[in-house]
Amino acid sequence: MPKIVFDKVEKSFGPVKVLPPIDLTLEDGEFTVLVGPSGCGKSTTLRILAGLETLSGGEIFFDDRPISKLEPKERDIAMVFQDYALYPHMNIAKNMSFALRLARVPKAEITEKVQRVADMLNIGHLLERKPAELSGGQRQRVAMGRALVRDAGTFLFDEPLSNLDAKLRAKMRTELAEMRDVIDKNMVYVTHDQVEAMTLGDRIVVMNEGIIQQQGSPEELFKTPVNQFVAGFIGSPTMNFVEGELLQESDQVWVQGDGYKLPLDAETSARLPGTAPRDVTLGIRPSSLLVDPAAGAPIELKVVVSEYLGAQSVLVTHCGAQELLVETPSDGPIKAGTAQTFGVITREMMIFDKASGLRV
Amino acid sequence: MQTANVNRLTPYLFLAPAAAVLAIALLYPIGYMIYASFLDWNPSQRIGEAEFVGLRNYINLLGDESFRESFAVTLKFAAIVVSLEMFVGVGLALLLDRNIRGMSLLRTLFILPMMIAPIVVGLMWRYMYHPTVGIFNRTLKNLGLEPIPWLSDGDWAFASVIIADVWQWTPFIFILSLAALQSLPQSALEAARIDGATGWQQIWYIKLPLMMPVLVVTCLLRLIDAFKVLEVILVLTNGGPGLSTEILSLRISRTASEFRELGVAAAMSNYLLILLLVLTLGMFLYNKFAETRALRLRAEAEGAAS
Repeated sequence: MPKIVFDKVEKSFGPVKVLPPIDLTLEDGEFTVLVGPSGCGKSTTLRILAGLETLSGGEIFFDDRPISKLEPKERDIAMVFQDYALYPHMNIAKNMSFALRLARVPKAEITEKVQRVADMLNIGHLLERKPAELSGGQRQRVAMGRALVRDAGTFLFDEPLSNLDAKLRAKMRTELAEMRDVIDKNMVYVTHDQVEAMTLGDRIVVMNEGIIQQQGSPEELFKTPVNQFVAGFIGSPTMNFVEGELLQESDQVWVQGDGYKLPLDAETSARLPGTAPRDVTLGIRPSSLLVDPAAGAPIELKVVVSEYLGAQSVLVTHCGAQELLVETPSDGPIKAGTAQTFGVITREMMIFDKASGLRV
Repeated sequence: MQTANVNRLTPYLFLAPAAAVLAIALLYPIGYMIYASFLDWNPSQRIGEAEFVGLRNYINLLGDESFRESFAVTLKFAAIVVSLEMFVGVGLALLLDRNIRGMSLLRTLFILPMMIAPIVVGLMWRYMYHPTVGIFNRTLKNLGLEPIPWLSDGDWAFASVIIADVWQWTPFIFILSLAALQSLPQSALEAARIDGATGWQQIWYIKLPLMMPVLVVTCLLRLIDAFKVLEVILVLTNGGPGLSTEILSLRISRTASEFRELGVAAAMSNYLLILLLVLTLGMFLYNKFAETRALRLRAEAEGAAS
């Protein structure tokens, strides 16, 4: 299990630059999730790591060993594809054992390994079937099994759950999380779903437009995003952003905007460079807005829609002309169309520079 | 009730013109041929005047030495040309399935032979095979080698017609194979690369098996065509020397025009038709079987999963 280092890795398709030089270190035995919106370069990064795409510049090292010239098979990797990429003409046993058969592993060992992995994934009874004869979830397991049988040093997952329906996806996500703890290997997982990223990753790398925005543990990303993009991408429902202005009044810094004026907590105020006033973007997580006005700084919101989700409800509210989401327990029914005062947990608010998007 | 019935019949009303065209254009000539094969009929008679002889034409043919030889030549010809064409065509497709500069021009050039009328192909090759002024023998002579009796020796003549046919029809297999190759699931090939397959192993274990459905159909189409080949051989050798290149369709044509035995010619055609039908039906049934099996098992799998 090597430590993987991307050193100024670049990729262009003709004149189109998809990856500017990126630097990235994946520690040995880590479960790393590359996450970002479509077209952010996360899949390309993974495919370069797999050897399916050549890089246009820079180098990738596995424990100080440059590997960018190596064929995929020489990199000791296994990969799970988004569309599973099973061999349609081979039965499940043959699909799973293909790599081992090419490597001329003794027959008895192949049979034993395939059976063990298949049983682990609950597909032991399907070994004689062809992929076309399986349901989507079963195929997904086969794809997983085919990678696991390899016993490779590094496992790559390219959006493996995105073709499953919501229920199955949640189930497979849990199973993957369990598997992650059992299998002590490097895993690199690409997804556009931040929930998958948060639940699976030891470390999450958030990408946008080819650039790595931030990397860190799920908690770090949630609590201390470096910029507005990461703050908006991580967390569900997504963070509210409202335009505002910083104001200094005696000892207290306020952030004020259309329909609100909220005090800034001391810690954030202390980090502010220079003196107010200036234009900023205020970020408030929907969970930082409480129905009880006494629980935080008061803010007047007009409830437009109440989305009942079961135990939780999401309220779509207006604050002046801007829209804010509020996440609240469903017990106290709040009618759409009413205006009322909510409490804001001010120490959970985030201030972003309006021009650069960086968090203050 | 009345309207419902009428509504149900509406689609058939719209289908009727097509059905009529099909019946006249397709079924009538075939029916005519089948009927004629039971007659002792020569071209000077109208069909109504011909004597009905039952299966006599068919039985006589089974004992006819020349027919059997012709049938054997046809089988041998079809087997050899289709094998060669499949081998070369698929091989070329595998080689040229990549993005390099000028490839689209090259591909277009490759399929040109197919577009030339068979008679022209026959004439062209006949000049090239010419014993003294043909390009092959002139080249051999220039190299100081013995000339080859391309069309005057039985074995060489057979080889010559095979070469001409392979030249003309390999592109057909090439373009279909190339299309099949380019529509293969890319991710399966990538998975194979990651699983450690070399170029050859990818071809052998992944590409060829995945192309198989297309290759089977291509092969069948070529077989059907090869069994019916006529013009090129007619122009090149006219079946000679002896009966060495007399394929079935040539024999049928000669039986009808030279021997003036329309009934026998029809019976021969029917033997050919039966052979091709068996081939086609076999493939059709096999496909049908494989499809239903996959569908059934998949339905079971979905059922079990939900």
